[in-house]
Amino acid sequence: MMGDRPSPPRAMSSAPTTSPSVDKVDGFSRKSVRKAKQKRSQSSSQFRSQGKPIELTPLPLLKDVPGVEQPELFLKKLQQCCTVFDFMDTLSDLKMKEYKRSTLNELVDYVTVSRGYLTEQAYPEVVKMVSQNIFRTLPPSDSNEFDPEEDEPTLEASWPHLQLVYEFFIRFLESQEFQPSIAKKYIDQKFVLQLLELFDSEDPRERDYLKTVLHRIYGKFLGLRAFIRKQINNIFLRFVYETEHFNGVAELLEILGSIINGFALPLKAEHKQFLVKVLIPLHTVRSLSLFHAQLAYCIVQFLEKDPTLTEPVIRGLLKFWPKTCSQKEVMYLGELEEILDVIEPTQFVKIQEPLFKQISRCVSSPHFQVAERALYYWNNEYIMSLIEENSSVILPIMFSSLYRISKEHWNPAIVALVYNVLKAFMEMNSTLFDELTATYKSDRQREKKKEKEREELWKKLEDLELKRGLRSDGIIPT
Amino acid sequence: SSQQHQEAVHHCASSRCGEDSHGKLYKNDTETQLYSLKMYSIIHIFYNTIYDEDEVLLALAEQLGNFTMLVGGPEYVHCLLPPLESLATVEETVVRDKAVESLRKISQEHSPVDLEVHFEPLVKRLASGDWFTSRTSACGLFSVCYPRVSSTVKAEIRQHFRTLCSDDTPMVRRAAASKLGEFAKVLEPEYVKSDIISLFTALASDEQDSVRLLAVEACVSIATLLPQEDLETLVMPTLRQAAEDKSWRVRYMVADKFSELQKAVGSEITKNDLVPAFQNLLKDCEAEVRAAAANKVKEFCENLPEDNREQIIMTHILPCVKELVSDTNQHVKSALASVIMGLSTILGKDNTIEHLLPLFLAQLKDECPEVRLNIISNLDCVNEVIGIRQLSQSLLPAIVELAEDAKWRVRLAIIEYMPLLAGQLGVEFFDEKLNTLCMAWLIDHVYAIREAATCNLMKLVEKFGAEWAQNTIVPKVLGMANDPNYLHRMTTLFCINALSEACGQEITTKQMLPVVLKMSNDQVANVRFNVAKSLQKIGPVLDSNALQTEVKPVLEKLATDSDMDVKYFAQEAISGMFDFLLSTKLLNFNSLNFIFLLFFLCSFGPSITIPNQRLQDGICHGTLSNQTLKVIACLSQLHTFTSSAASSFVLCGKNTK
Repeated sequence: MMGDRPSPPRAMSSAPTTSPSVDKVDGFSRKSVRKAKQKRSQSSSQFRSQGKPIELTPLPLLKDVPGVEQPELFLKKLQQCCTVFDFMDTLSDLKMKEYKRSTLNELVDYVTVSRGYLTEQAYPEVVKMVSQNIFRTLPPSDSNEFDPEEDEPTLEASWPHLQLVYEFFIRFLESQEFQPSIAKKYIDQKFVLQLLELFDSEDPRERDYLKTVLHRIYGKFLGLRAFIRKQINNIFLRFVYETEHFNGVAELLEILGSIINGFALPLKAEHKQFLVKVLIPLHTVRSLSLFHAQLAYCIVQFLEKDPTLTEPVIRGLLKFWPKTCSQKEVMYLGELEEILDVIEPTQFVKIQEPLFKQISRCVSSPHFQVAERALYYWNNEYIMSLIEENSSVILPIMFSSLYRISKEHWNPAIVALVYNVLKAFMEMNSTLFDELTATYKSDRQREKKKEKEREELWKKLEDLELKRGLRSDGIIPT
Repeated sequence: SSQQHQEAVHHCASSRCGEDSHGKLYKNDTETQLYSLKMYSIIHIFYNTIYDEDEVLLALAEQLGNFTMLVGGPEYVHCLLPPLESLATVEETVVRDKAVESLRKISQEHSPVDLEVHFEPLVKRLASGDWFTSRTSACGLFSVCYPRVSSTVKAEIRQHFRTLCSDDTPMVRRAAASKLGEFAKVLEPEYVKSDIISLFTALASDEQDSVRLLAVEACVSIATLLPQEDLETLVMPTLRQAAEDKSWRVRYMVADKFSELQKAVGSEITKNDLVPAFQNLLKDCEAEVRAAAANKVKEFCENLPEDNREQIIMTHILPCVKELVSDTNQHVKSALASVIMGLSTILGKDNTIEHLLPLFLAQLKDECPEVRLNIISNLDCVNEVIGIRQLSQSLLPAIVELAEDAKWRVRLAIIEYMPLLAGQLGVEFFDEKLNTLCMAWLIDHVYAIREAATCNLMKLVEKFGAEWAQNTIVPKVLGMANDPNYLHRMTTLFCINALSEACGQEITTKQMLPVVLKMSNDQVANVRFNVAKSLQKIGPVLDSNALQTEVKPVLEKLATDSDMDVKYFAQEAISGMFDFLLSTKLLNFNSLNFIFLLFFLCSFGPSITIPNQRLQDGICHGTLSNQTLKVIACLSQLHTFTSSAASSFVLCGKNTK
């Protein structure tokens, strides 16, 4: 069981939380020409015209009361913070909003530094306060065609409070006095389910906090782990096969990256199924660029755990290989290189043929970025060594594409790269290279001849058809 | 997989022997058997070799639904089940759905015995599959086999459905929830009460809103199946809860299905429950929900019980509607604007003038063009009740503003309503206020607007007549022929194309043709080839004399133009005219004229491509008169045709005799 412990969150601060920049080659920027929108903010869908102003009775500061009274006061403050304000109405309850903000601040400090405050009664109150504040139905996305790469995300209006609640909750979970055995009565499956739904929030700040919260819960509540994994599974499957819309995929994948890292060996069937049936299909989604880095990391983690998964993974990628989207193709090529970086030579041999057939297609892609990305493989020493070991198989697969584009590709940079690759091949195995050059030429001639014959045959057929037609029309006497 | 294949074939063969013993043999049964066995093997091999191309699988899933006759008829249809079963388990949703669709289709071709022996076990296997895909597919199959199986099997099916409704995968629960209504319809009434209601209640309070919202859909079907007296206790608590669900998606669904729900629960419950619920939805905190509800305002009001419809609308609905007119969200306002005019027919003249008119006017002044457009596009409803005059003063500024909107799509939309408006406002009002607008659109800087404006003129002429056109439109249009901007000169030609038919021969020949002909000397090639196109277009309207003496020389000249495109379109125009003349419309219309024109066209010489096929068609269908045939014979002697075309004319001429 201890083997299943997740590693510390992978560089939570430096990890890409914003979308990875993808080079734009398309000169027609669709939306950038539109009027710059002002930053939108929105609030949860839970407010139904409340009308009445909210009154909270100010309480003394925790540090101003004797230690014995503090737990009691702590509970009272938690109860007060259950009150939720409408932040879309910027004028209402200003005083009380400020009071709640300062109370939350105080609570954050209190759980960080104080000792002995966490009585058993406090647990349900903490969870209740957090639930009341963070669990809400996310509002509809402002525009249907929200493009996370181009549009500003809609920010959560109640963030001044929400942030402090998250902050408080994380400090609570990380507190030395925190006892999962008591907390598990309150932080249960239902709680986790609602937490996971919040990952769809459009506000990246909120998703970042959620990531930390979920990571802590996964780390401390062993009983919830399988459930969390299963629910993430469901979210991903729904995302891939039903809605294609979920804002927090990158964040969930980031957590999974560290979860996978902690998997015990040998891998359970459940984990393998997750890899093949969920992570691989995630590559098919249109918005792949938003979470590709995290996804590729997860895949590589799996392969480092269990190299025998290499074959199904690469075959999966080949199955879903993008046919029309060159940008995705570049991403796939990037991921493949990451996989090849850690591949075991015995695994490489198993998939080299289908793999290099695809690479050969990419190398001769008319889109220069695709061709370039594929040709960069030859700058990778480890990949080069693998190719060299198996040159007798790979050379024949690659040769004709390379030879052809060395003469035909429109982009001089690609032609130059191809020359280098051909040169490398020549040095690798000159006999085979010469043979291939010879067969390439004779093959070409044979092809040309065949083509000509075919054309002639068609011509003959057309003549026949014409004559027959005229004859039946009675124009040419039979 | 090859072993699997062997087994499957074996299974297929053995099941057929079983049928033999039932005495179903007929004359060439062995042959059919062999044939269907072969078919089956082909399908199976096919299926196993190309398993990973989703596009192919989709086509396969679809085609297999039509394979019954190919495998030997309904008796052997069950051998289509194994491939469809595996297609129903793939991940790709479209493939799976298609497989289910085909399975549903062929289920009807199974005999009741086959259904129990072959089909129902398949459903059970899918329903208890490991991966969620097969279980979701199973949900769609229960309702097709349930009515045709024995009561024991029925009980099993009900049990399976129950299990899937509480599946721990939300995908499966969604599938079950979406089929709940359909399944309820095929169930015996006692089971609707005992089984369906509890499932419905459970799904409607599922933890995932995506499941709950599907239960709303089922609610409609379930409510129609139950007797009125049970609705209150069995359905209404859930429906009330859904209308106040904490998730806006569920409330949206209620709003979206409101008319169906209203019809399903009947007028009593509508009065007591749905009216307040509808009010709440109209006041919902989410714009999406308000917009969905606003869309239903008219339908909801229409379907209210007539005895106190007016009172309900006036006291409960109208106040909410008034608030929506000044909603903060434009989608809400625009949804309302698209239906609000419909209320006038329900409320009658006096109420409309007193209560609705101010709302219409407010919406006509709305800042969002879509709202104004929606009002204008529905003017006909108001016209019937109070006449459009009431609105015309406010209408005009709204129209003018839309006509000058910065977005060309908005301008386009208002142009499209012009003929309708013109009809309702009358010719005087139109001439006075709107005519200038219509002419201004002709020189809009967006082509789509100019094109629409041209089309608009044609519709106006159809409405107001040729005389009106001659006085108000034609002079202005023709005036543009001298515009320094060649785009405007081309617009003149486009207008002529559109107007010639509606204006008639007189105006076209006397006023339009000279302008067109003059433009053939334009220095811009685009104008010149449009002259050629115009001449082709208006040719049918012109009299033959003008064609011969005026059009012909110009086209001949254009056919030798230095510009390639002008040349091309001139030749097209010449042969196009020929083509037109051969259409039956003119043949019996004025034979002499026709013959004359035919000669005229032939005088262009052999360089003109003759629409050979068209001529042949005309001849073979016997639509050519004797006279025409003679002409054709003449023509072939003139040697103006290419040899093969000429010979076929002669030939066809003989045939018709």
